[in-house]
Amino acid sequence: MTKSELIEQIAMRQPELSVKEVEAAVRIILDDITDALAEGGRVEIRGFGSFSLHYREPRVGRNPKTGDPVELTGKFVPHFKPGKELREQVNASRALGY
Amino acid sequence: MGALTKAELAEHLHIELGLSKREAKSMVETFFEEIRGCLRENEQVKLSGFGNFDLRDKRERPGRNPKTGEEIPISARRVVTFRPGQKLKGRVEEFDGPLEP
Repeated sequence: MTKSELIEQIAMRQPELSVKEVEAAVRIILDDITDALAEGGRVEIRGFGSFSLHYREPRVGRNPKTGDPVELTGKFVPHFKPGKELREQVNASRALGY
Repeated sequence: MGALTKAELAEHLHIELGLSKREAKSMVETFFEEIRGCLRENEQVKLSGFGNFDLRDKRERPGRNPKTGEEIPISARRVVTFRPGQKLKGRVEEFDGPLEP
């Protein structure tokens, strides 16, 4: 499912909202999550999961073309941990043969 | 600053888009329900700019009870993984820490 398909699905279930409103709402939700993480915060969505940052230590990498060593600084990367409900539902669907 | 939650997302939709509080709450619930429903049917979710939620089937593998050291197999399972998109990764790289405890 892509973002535009997600917007269509939501719009079908929210007939009181226009597709334009749903589009704007999806953009705001994703931007809010992005902004929270960009400020070093956490996002906790009950029943779904949580987003947080993980730290990657500085390391010496290689330029893939020349093989020269490159100093890479430490950085933060986004991390998602599925919540219990999502984990259980996804795993149960496996047993049902999806 | 506490974690961002569904309540704050709904409040923001209410203020920003003028949705009623009930509509905003329902919109946020539906957003996450739709993604979860898709993953439950073993379908990947791709949100351009933000990231992809993928599914991986893991085989049974040997494990250990960390408390007792007893060997117990970890059963075969399906798990959700998240691959952040370029835009999200780029925004997060700007953050130079430290994280809140």
